[in-house]
Amino acid sequence: MAFGSLRRIERFGWASSKLEQRGRSIVRRLSTFTEVDESKKNSSHQETGKSNKSVNLFSAINQALHIALETDPRSYVFGEDVGFGGVFRCTSGLSDRFGKRRVFNTPLCEQGIVGFAIGLAAMGNRAIAEIQFADYIFPAFDQIVNEAAKFRYRSGNQFNCGGLTIRAPYGAVGHGGHYHSQSPEAFFCHVPGIKVVIPRSPQQAKGLLLSSIRDPNPVVFFEPKWLYRLAVEEVPDKDYMLPLSEAEVIREGSDITLVGWGAQLSIMEQACFDAEKDGISCELIDLKTLIPWDKETVEASVNKTGRLLVSHEAPITGGFGAEIAASIVERCFLRLEAPVARVCGLDTPFPLVFEPHYMPTKNKILDAIKSTVKY
Amino acid sequence: MAQLTHRTSSLLKPLSFALSSTRHLSSTTPITVETSLPFTGHNIEPPSRSVETTPQELIKFFRDMALMRRMEIASDSLYKAKLIRGFCHLYDGQEAVAVGMESAITRKDCIITAYRDHCLFLGRGGTLVEAFAELMGRKEGCSKGKGGSMHFYKKEGGFYGGHGIVGAQVPLGCGLAFAQKYSKDENVTFAMYGDGAANQGQLFEALNMAALWDLPAILVCENNHYGMGTAEWRAAKSPAYYKRGDYVPGLKVDGMDAFAVKQACKFAKEHALKNGPIILEMDTYRYHGHSMSDPGSTYRTRDEISGVRQERDPVERIRKLVLAHDLATEKELKDTEKEIRKEVDDAIAKAKESPLPDPSELFTNIYVKGYGVESYGADRKELRAVLP
Repeated sequence: MAFGSLRRIERFGWASSKLEQRGRSIVRRLSTFTEVDESKKNSSHQETGKSNKSVNLFSAINQALHIALETDPRSYVFGEDVGFGGVFRCTSGLSDRFGKRRVFNTPLCEQGIVGFAIGLAAMGNRAIAEIQFADYIFPAFDQIVNEAAKFRYRSGNQFNCGGLTIRAPYGAVGHGGHYHSQSPEAFFCHVPGIKVVIPRSPQQAKGLLLSSIRDPNPVVFFEPKWLYRLAVEEVPDKDYMLPLSEAEVIREGSDITLVGWGAQLSIMEQACFDAEKDGISCELIDLKTLIPWDKETVEASVNKTGRLLVSHEAPITGGFGAEIAASIVERCFLRLEAPVARVCGLDTPFPLVFEPHYMPTKNKILDAIKSTVKY
Repeated sequence: MAQLTHRTSSLLKPLSFALSSTRHLSSTTPITVETSLPFTGHNIEPPSRSVETTPQELIKFFRDMALMRRMEIASDSLYKAKLIRGFCHLYDGQEAVAVGMESAITRKDCIITAYRDHCLFLGRGGTLVEAFAELMGRKEGCSKGKGGSMHFYKKEGGFYGGHGIVGAQVPLGCGLAFAQKYSKDENVTFAMYGDGAANQGQLFEALNMAALWDLPAILVCENNHYGMGTAEWRAAKSPAYYKRGDYVPGLKVDGMDAFAVKQACKFAKEHALKNGPIILEMDTYRYHGHSMSDPGSTYRTRDEISGVRQERDPVERIRKLVLAHDLATEKELKDTEKEIRKEVDDAIAKAKESPLPDPSELFTNIYVKGYGVESYGADRKELRAVLP
């Protein structure tokens, strides 16, 4: 429970130098933007609609929140310390601009925050709740699983909390230890009724967050905190949305398909570069939305390459990689030329001093690529 | 109260080892001191302001608190030198709570707390070397280097540690108290939490259970007035935390006065054994920011911090008492502080010699050995490890 670990990343050169690649090398492809209807635009944001600035991931999130609050007077942002800009600075300037009635601090009570957000959303509002670290989301697990996800179903569509978006920073930062590093996405992927979205870069983060906020279903939006400052890319100033449940092929290849999401993609991309030197051509897919996920894109790719590797930071057993593996084996059984490889976190609690052992590093991925291709 | 376990190396001496420097009074001659402020009770008659002590105890309070202070300052430097990784929350300013509480209870009583746990660990008989080694993730650490700053434990000292999620430890404390009551061993549990955690729903669930079953649980709210960067009044409709148990009695205590804490804990233990739970709100202050990445100066003024240092500092209060009772000279106290500084430096040097835990430790302590469970890595060929 601490103030921005990212500040520490910046301060400690070792993190940046070693992991620079992580954010910056991500393929920057302007994919299918859904531009918001020009006629609805009224603010300065859109006047400079065509200009792009290089910003980091937390600033991209900040821009998205500004736009969300500006374009919908019934949207609210709240959570622990968000009134002051949040520990990761994602909510800087929001309360000054939109007032303390729409952007406010909550007490330290995750279950209360999410329950409150569900009620607010049920009245037709856009409730954008922040859980300070994904590791702290578990007190709110009951509210998300039992209240939010099933509200529409069990009320026969009389009520819903579709305006609910829960933002939470997830993942390793190099030294976060047990309670500031976990990737809990798989827990939420077992809950029909909510969507789980994870962006890989600033540009993706802005577009996907706006889509999540405006999506008529409750969304859990995990932000890769390792990339908050490390990942910098050009982000359009304008209001744009990226489609949910649509995966993106960010690198084309013919020998093996790699599927991942969030911060892990840049590690996987480095493995792709290294594999290429050995003559292995890798296709890399960013899943973006974990549920409901885009099986077709992955299926098409595996039908082309005949091999699949999935990688995530969460422990391997019961991770979302298992679901992808099972579904693809079902769909592509006769086309597969090797068992599906999973390079994931170990089946241990997220460790403190052993983080380098725990992590699904580039070399582990590279080894798995080679052994899958040579199978 | 303390079991003195003298070991060969002075580095391994537990915190509670006593000083012998007394002058005019014999070390056990009773002295009566008045607490800084009267106690305020909620649904209970507060205890008297007069606290009995001895020269020996006064000197020990000074030494223990000065040692804790020094340890935290050294931890700050180690963190900045990147020898401590992960999250690190320092206790300086709040030492009187750890020391006062310890003097009123025994090691059979349990203490459970959140992640600001270094000094409570020392109070429970932990050594400096174990503390620093744990902070640096070394093998000699109190949790084998696997926990780090937030996860200190000491089973034989009744210290149930070091929990990461705010407020989660309080219901656990009720479970400990139930076990104590069931075994009729006349011990109690102190479940510590901060003013930020006081707004967690779990706390009220725990209070209800504790009161329903008359558990010997003492809920100690260490109110340092800021839940991370949020002032108490911004987060709590009623920042009178000692009253928030409603049907559970409470006591407001000056948590900067070790003797007030001692008196309150003694009183609370007697009450809890007879009548069930009670809340102690310790009005205290942390000098450092919430954690190492919080400078601690954006949400409060420097004047506020220096004001507390000048007027309410727990170590200075005891220093004044020692001098007023002529138990030591200023120079002697300064010498004690110098000794402490050396003791801390030596402990750090020793802790640095300790190696990192063996890589196989990554896979241990996840399941009990022999249950047919195996932990394995992503690359099963390379990293497969069977529990020893």
